[in-house]
Amino acid sequence: MIDYEPVIGMEVHAELLTESKMFCKCKVDFGGAPNSRVCPVCLGLPGSLPVANEKAVEYVVRAALALNCTISEESLFHRKNYFYPDMAKNYQISQYDFPIGSNGWIDITVDGDTRRIRIRRVHLEEDTGKLIHAGGNESLVDYNRSGLPLMEVVTEADIHSAEEAREYLVRLRAILTYLGVNDGKMEEGSLRCEPNISIRQKGTAKLGTKTELKNLNSFRAVFSGVQYETERQTNVLNEGGKVIQETRRWDDANNRTASMRVKELEQEYRYFPDPDLVALHFTTDYIERQRSILPELPDEKKTRLMEKWGLPAYDAEIITDSRAMADFFEETVEHCPDAKTVSNWIMGDLAKLLNAAGLDISDCKVKPVDFARMLTLIQEGTISGKIAKGVFDDMFETGKAPDAIVKSGGMTQISDEHEILGVIDRVLGENSEAVAKIAAGDMKPMGFLVGQIMRHTQGRANPEVVNRLLKKRVAEPAN
Amino acid sequence: MELFQLTAHELHKKLKSREISALELTQSVLGRISSVDGQVRSFVTVTNEIALETARAVDKQIAGGGDVSPLAGIPIAIKDNMCTNGVRTTCSSKMLENFIPPYSATVVEKLAEAGAIMVGKTNLDEFAMGSSTENSALFVTHNPWNLDKVPGGSSGGSAAAVAADEAVLALGSDTGGSIRQPAAFCGVVGMKPTYGRVSRYGLVAFASSLDQIGPITKDVTDTAILLGAISGKDSMDSTSVDIPVPDYTAALKNDVRGMKIGIPKEFFAQGVRPEISEAVMKAVEALKALGADYKEVSMPIMEYTLPTYYILAPSEASSNLARYDGVRYGHRSKHSSDVMSMFMKTRDEGFGAEVKQRIMIGTYALSAGYYDAYYLKAQKVRTLVRQAYDEAFEEFDVLISPTAPSVAFGIGEKANDPLEMKLADVCTIPVNMAGIPAMSMTCGFYDGLPIGMQIMGKPFGEETMLQVAYTYEQNTDHHTMKPGL
Repeated sequence: MIDYEPVIGMEVHAELLTESKMFCKCKVDFGGAPNSRVCPVCLGLPGSLPVANEKAVEYVVRAALALNCTISEESLFHRKNYFYPDMAKNYQISQYDFPIGSNGWIDITVDGDTRRIRIRRVHLEEDTGKLIHAGGNESLVDYNRSGLPLMEVVTEADIHSAEEAREYLVRLRAILTYLGVNDGKMEEGSLRCEPNISIRQKGTAKLGTKTELKNLNSFRAVFSGVQYETERQTNVLNEGGKVIQETRRWDDANNRTASMRVKELEQEYRYFPDPDLVALHFTTDYIERQRSILPELPDEKKTRLMEKWGLPAYDAEIITDSRAMADFFEETVEHCPDAKTVSNWIMGDLAKLLNAAGLDISDCKVKPVDFARMLTLIQEGTISGKIAKGVFDDMFETGKAPDAIVKSGGMTQISDEHEILGVIDRVLGENSEAVAKIAAGDMKPMGFLVGQIMRHTQGRANPEVVNRLLKKRVAEPAN
Repeated sequence: MELFQLTAHELHKKLKSREISALELTQSVLGRISSVDGQVRSFVTVTNEIALETARAVDKQIAGGGDVSPLAGIPIAIKDNMCTNGVRTTCSSKMLENFIPPYSATVVEKLAEAGAIMVGKTNLDEFAMGSSTENSALFVTHNPWNLDKVPGGSSGGSAAAVAADEAVLALGSDTGGSIRQPAAFCGVVGMKPTYGRVSRYGLVAFASSLDQIGPITKDVTDTAILLGAISGKDSMDSTSVDIPVPDYTAALKNDVRGMKIGIPKEFFAQGVRPEISEAVMKAVEALKALGADYKEVSMPIMEYTLPTYYILAPSEASSNLARYDGVRYGHRSKHSSDVMSMFMKTRDEGFGAEVKQRIMIGTYALSAGYYDAYYLKAQKVRTLVRQAYDEAFEEFDVLISPTAPSVAFGIGEKANDPLEMKLADVCTIPVNMAGIPAMSMTCGFYDGLPIGMQIMGKPFGEETMLQVAYTYEQNTDHHTMKPGL
């Protein structure tokens, strides 16, 4: 059997977090009644004209810089002409041969190997409206989305596995959300990913026929979709078939892709410069000013966390995938400098609870300072690690401070030797058989006895003290 | 003299001194429309009620004291390709026959603020594509000087309305001569300002990089007044230019001494009738007698402007007119079974032959494989045209040529000869290609029909043009002639 590898290029569309639309003053927002955020411009009424949103241009320049792109001195808007009912003008204002940014890259790490994914271009365009099929022979159009500013990021075909595809998207999303230009919400469609996938015999250069994947609404879908499509194409070729050029839709419920439409011809878009808009000119001053206000980006932050707090690369990578997560980490370690413990808790218990609740860390009720306090309570021996998990569940649920929870729940750890000895003696008295076995040299019942002691103290006894005192007691029983 | 016969600056004095009221004036003009428009057919829509209501409001304002703006109370006609909130804007097309815009063009807003009174919307060649107003899908407009002749186009309705005293002022739009050529045919003054001088927001686009709104008036002074009122940077139009608007009336000086006039010989070739060349040269001699100097200049690139224009304008039009698909507004075919057939039948039924032809030419010129040979090449020619003008203006203050190769032709005469029809714009098209300003004014008559002289100026050189035009007007009496309606 021939060994194939996938060759993947990614197109990502990111809605920009501007206040108004790309070419008019309509508000950018979600929800609301259909066609409630429209005006002559985004409805394409006769005589209306577009005016480019400077903030959107600025956002794309910043994103392009963060993606290590070259910024064009002159950038043009082109019209992409095609007929579709969700298009207010039957052309989309986009960019063609003079995009804002080009020739950039992102480094990704998969299984410890770092690879460079080249970015071909970063450009700005307007979104289309949305078709709603009303049933029967009728369709409705909602133009609220028409004219939203959309940034497109296109890679070279440098991606060669589903893991890389997912990791590329994770890092791209991190960069865009760090910049604050996109909210990263794939489920809501504000970050949309469309990979082009073909396969080729490993070690050869000739590219196969590609398919384009749509409807990938999560990182998991990107991974599974690319993996499925790679396997599907491999099977087609192994069975002597031919891959056809088409757009395929990821079916999340059934975990498979299905054909949407076959691309028989190259689409004819009749691109030409939009005469209603003037060229964008970027001076070196402007570009450098934008560069100077870039925030710390994921890679820089990762390096810094490793250097400053001694985090392992793996932890630093995961923590910096989200700016909010990294901020949470940093605020916590300010108050509880045991960085590894903090990152363990964030990647473990906190991530688990967030996932289960379907929340982003930015929605989390636990304040970093309280989180740090809880970890300190463990370190100081006030509560046990086991108790701490319950306390943390409560903090996550209610946002209460850990001290309050511990106090009201009587969860303080018992380390007082006198108190613990009392319990030990009671347990030993109740379990003479076990004591006898131990006396005969069979140490097995020790674990059972520890369990009984913890049960009597509702788990609050300091395990270390219990172990020490118990050992001592069975070795030299009191009277 | 009836009120409707006067110019805006004459009427302004009477309004300001309260010799007349805006209501009286408006009634006079509306009366004129109802008595002659049955023959001339300038108007697609007459906005009687709005006009009277506005006039009353203006009178109230004047009575309240304070400044009376030069346009307050002055009746004006608007070409029906400029959006008017709540008033049907048809572009003289079946496609938009019942389209009522929910917003007004910036120029319409500016006029309203200045207190001008819109009396109606005027006929045009469908979507401004044509040179005779015969391409209107609604009806044909007649030349007030001779009802068997065309008024020119595409702003034929606006030019005819001013010539027939159905409006004191009018707005036209000019993509390849659509203000200047009908102004010439109808014996009025028409100006295409520098590209970017006037906002295009709300002007239904034909060819965005060439379209420009401008005044059509009875004399040069009114052109200066109206130009001042509509000019200026508009935040809604990225292509409008942020250059301060001067007081154009200050440029109205009866003095051309030392002025250097270029006579581009290519504009006198290409089928220009001898009677036209003679009249224009006579006017140039008159200016020379008043102290100007003139010299012939050659601009060989002009030979290529017509074919170049007929690639660029249709290319942009093919995209601009794509939005008329029956989904959101305008005509929608009742005979469609799915979205694609709705698009196709709507456009088939809604557009006239000339519009369809231009959409097809433009679609072709922009297609992969042809783009470089047509659109891109045409853009390069355009750059050369601009350079040719730049060079000429290093030497000359203005250039003078005929506006059109002939006087107004007969209705139906060129309907079957599209090439001959397009040659009617040969003198005006280069101006749009270069984005420079130009105006047309009457410099004589032939066969009872006005002859137009075109004055071309440097970018944002409207003042110099106006000065030359004003001087010529002050020393001649063509502008006092009225058609015998």
